[in-house]
Amino acid sequence: MSKTITVNGTERPIPSDPRVSLLDFLRENEGLTGTKKGCDHGQCGACTVIVNGMRINSCLTLAAMHDGDSVTTIEGLGTPTSPSPLQVAFVEHDGFQCGYCTPGQICSATAMLDEIAAGFASDASEDLLGEMQASPEEIRERMSGNLCRCGAYANIVTAIREIAQGDA
Amino acid sequence: MRPFAFQRPDSLAHAHELTVPEDATAVAGGTNLLDLMKLQVETPERLVDINRLGMTEIQETADGGLRIGALATNTATANDDRVRADYPVLARAILAGATQQLRNRATTGGNLCQRTRCYYFTNIDQPCNKREPGSGCGAIDGIAHLHAVLGTSPSCIATYPGDMAVALSALDATVEIASPDSDERSVPVRDFHLLPGDTPCRDNVLERGEIITAVTLPRPVKAKHLYRKVRERSSYAFALVSVAAIVAVEDGVIARADLAFGGLAHKPWHDARLSELLVGEAPSAALFDKAGDLLLEGARGYGENDFKIPLARRTLAAVMAEATETEI
Repeated sequence: MSKTITVNGTERPIPSDPRVSLLDFLRENEGLTGTKKGCDHGQCGACTVIVNGMRINSCLTLAAMHDGDSVTTIEGLGTPTSPSPLQVAFVEHDGFQCGYCTPGQICSATAMLDEIAAGFASDASEDLLGEMQASPEEIRERMSGNLCRCGAYANIVTAIREIAQGDA
Repeated sequence: MRPFAFQRPDSLAHAHELTVPEDATAVAGGTNLLDLMKLQVETPERLVDINRLGMTEIQETADGGLRIGALATNTATANDDRVRADYPVLARAILAGATQQLRNRATTGGNLCQRTRCYYFTNIDQPCNKREPGSGCGAIDGIAHLHAVLGTSPSCIATYPGDMAVALSALDATVEIASPDSDERSVPVRDFHLLPGDTPCRDNVLERGEIITAVTLPRPVKAKHLYRKVRERSSYAFALVSVAAIVAVEDGVIARADLAFGGLAHKPWHDARLSELLVGEAPSAALFDKAGDLLLEGARGYGENDFKIPLARRTLAAVMAEATETEI
């Protein structure tokens, strides 16, 4: 049985203590401190990463449950010299103040745009089966798992909207 | 988090074997269980990861219903085209719960087994008969804002917190359970969760070693499906009151009214008398009021949650009005 997790394209061994959350594995074992520990209870979304294409709270899952899985963190989405379009948009529109929630916001938004493209519905969708739109209302609902204590929400929505419309 | 051994069964039989002992707990999505382990509310010595047992399919049944695997994620279920088209109340209820990150991990079986969010249950320094039988109930005469008004007992006034199961109750779904000693048993979802009584530590009918394998929906019916969730913020909050409704009107009279309620009790609340009262009658504000009387005849508030009684009455009326296109 495979005992590794692929992190941003590189296979890494899973720690032997089963208590290690995926979040602590990324930060403490892998040194990937972009992923943030906010509440550690799945309420704030600062720890959001993308596992096998789906965004999840890395604090509420164990590294041991993910052998064979592929994880993308903020470090895997872009670099200072080659940022992802959402990273550029967050800078452009001041989608943050202190920046602590930002990696989670951007990982979440990256997966959210894929979900909209795949036709996933949300609580804000009028029609469950129609084409999904990245309207401000939809973005707010779909991003409700990512809190920003600085309250940069208006600019976060603007940044995401810009990329969503660019994709359309 | 207390130390534990991590085990992964390779078959359902193996999963039974590993989860029969008292000190073992099965984990699927883990979004509730791991949270409770961090709080030391749950302290299993062995954690049995059942995620590699398959059970993720959503398949049509021979009689035209739908069988949703216990390990299908909430996201997969809510976005299944058959669920969205034929059982929209279920898709709506799932989408009204939690966040996308949590729904991506949460599973059908795990969602059914989630524990209450009562503040006394999740705080190990407080008394709680559910967590520690015999220690008392902090919520009675305490902070009871989110608590139950129907089916309570002197031992416990906690609510079942979920949304999905409320829709499943309205749909009269069946929970399929694999047992260690026999093959499989089926329990109507309406009977799956228990009222607290003297044993609030038991949330549901599962016995040691049993594993939920699927939830089966009956053949779809032509009706309006609504899920109305009243909460204190518009997203990512538990229901104060929720109503799942499957309602049809034919020739000016109500032909079907399958209703279930969240936020009111220790289980998704279903009262068969409501359907008996409503079906065959012309929809009206007076009729919905009578339904409210019936629903709430045994209701009891505990101070902070007194508001839930009028709120449930009004939400029921509002949902019935919308479903039947009636002015109230």
